[in-house]
Amino acid sequence: MADMLQFDLVSPERKLASGQARAVQIPGADGDLTAMPDHAPTITTLRPGVLVVEGENGEERYVVTGGFAEISPEATTVLAERAYPAAGDEARAALQGILEEVRGKAGAASGAEKDVFDKTADDLAKVIDGL
Amino acid sequence: MPNLKDLKNRIASVKSTRKITKAMQMVAAAKLRRAQDAAVAARPYADKMADVVNSLAASVEGSDTAPKLLAGTGSEQTHLLVVMTAERGLCGGFNSSIVKLARIHAGKLLAEGKTVKILTVGKKGREQLKRDLGDHLVAHVDLSEVKRVGYENAAEVANKVFDMFDAGEFDVATIFFNRFESVISQIPTATQVIPAVVPEDADADTLYDYEPSEEAILADLLPRAVTTQIFTALLENGASEQGARMSAMDNATRNAGDMIDRLTTEYNRSRQAAITKELIEIISGAEAL
Repeated sequence: MADMLQFDLVSPERKLASGQARAVQIPGADGDLTAMPDHAPTITTLRPGVLVVEGENGEERYVVTGGFAEISPEATTVLAERAYPAAGDEARAALQGILEEVRGKAGAASGAEKDVFDKTADDLAKVIDGL
Repeated sequence: MPNLKDLKNRIASVKSTRKITKAMQMVAAAKLRRAQDAAVAARPYADKMADVVNSLAASVEGSDTAPKLLAGTGSEQTHLLVVMTAERGLCGGFNSSIVKLARIHAGKLLAEGKTVKILTVGKKGREQLKRDLGDHLVAHVDLSEVKRVGYENAAEVANKVFDMFDAGEFDVATIFFNRFESVISQIPTATQVIPAVVPEDADADTLYDYEPSEEAILADLLPRAVTTQIFTALLENGASEQGARMSAMDNATRNAGDMIDRLTTEYNRSRQAAITKELIEIISGAEAL
């Protein structure tokens, strides 16, 4: 029975993680989604957030700053521009940097656009607090 | 006949040159390993990226809403050549072979009446192209401070390209670099990156769900794909440079060795000749008495 899927996390410079996983929670651009074995083939872009992998040796968390994920019934591949283990300082710094950027954009924008940026900033702040 | 002192000095100087080339060869060999490892490590990302873009592109191709990076601007008048070379010399024909390829390409385009713009990466290519294509050089990316090429360096090059593309400054972009084949063979390669080239056999047979829409993903992905292509090219170039330097320095070391042998023979001959001459003088002097 296929209760595991092949999970790969790659950045442009190297492969960061690879192994079997029960489920992978992905911060998709349109909302979080969880890939489990036999998921319908999907390609989604990522928003900055936390990627949670339920692997053989428990749960692993990574912070990704963007990129995309390819999900097929047997495998999930996350191509992240930058990715860090969620526990490290680098992860926090990377997200903080994006948060500043979004806040800057929110300051410059107005109307509905501002709301979108504000919402993104709030979400990001929550993610950072949750680290 | 050169005197003995001169020969001795020549030998000493060639010996120290040999030491330097030998050291450079060993440094290049060590760096080559690192560069090759980096190129191999970057491959999974690049491969996956190419797969996804190809399958997406095949399904979007032909629709009116296809992004400009894929469909092109509708014109082919202005070409941008991104010429990637090394920051340093002493690596055999490495720089020249890229420049030569770029020059042929530029010549062909100019003969067709197209406009050519050149973006150089690396000092050596710029120096060589300045001579005859100096008017076409539009921008330069300096990587001389960079010890290890990272994704940010590729992003820097790519952002320059995108800025120019968005400003409508060119229609077609081609990158020039040396593909690493082996230590003794690096192949100068030209790859068109904008508009993206979709291989003929790419098909969209895997039915994916796309979140958000296909086109939104493609618009997000294409710039990344171009950046990745540039990154791969930079890494290949890095490995090629070290490979080329290694074999060039290996040759230089061997040539220096040959030269030392030759000079040493000549030195010994001269010395022997001088001794023989002295002996003859002594003997004929003694006979004359």
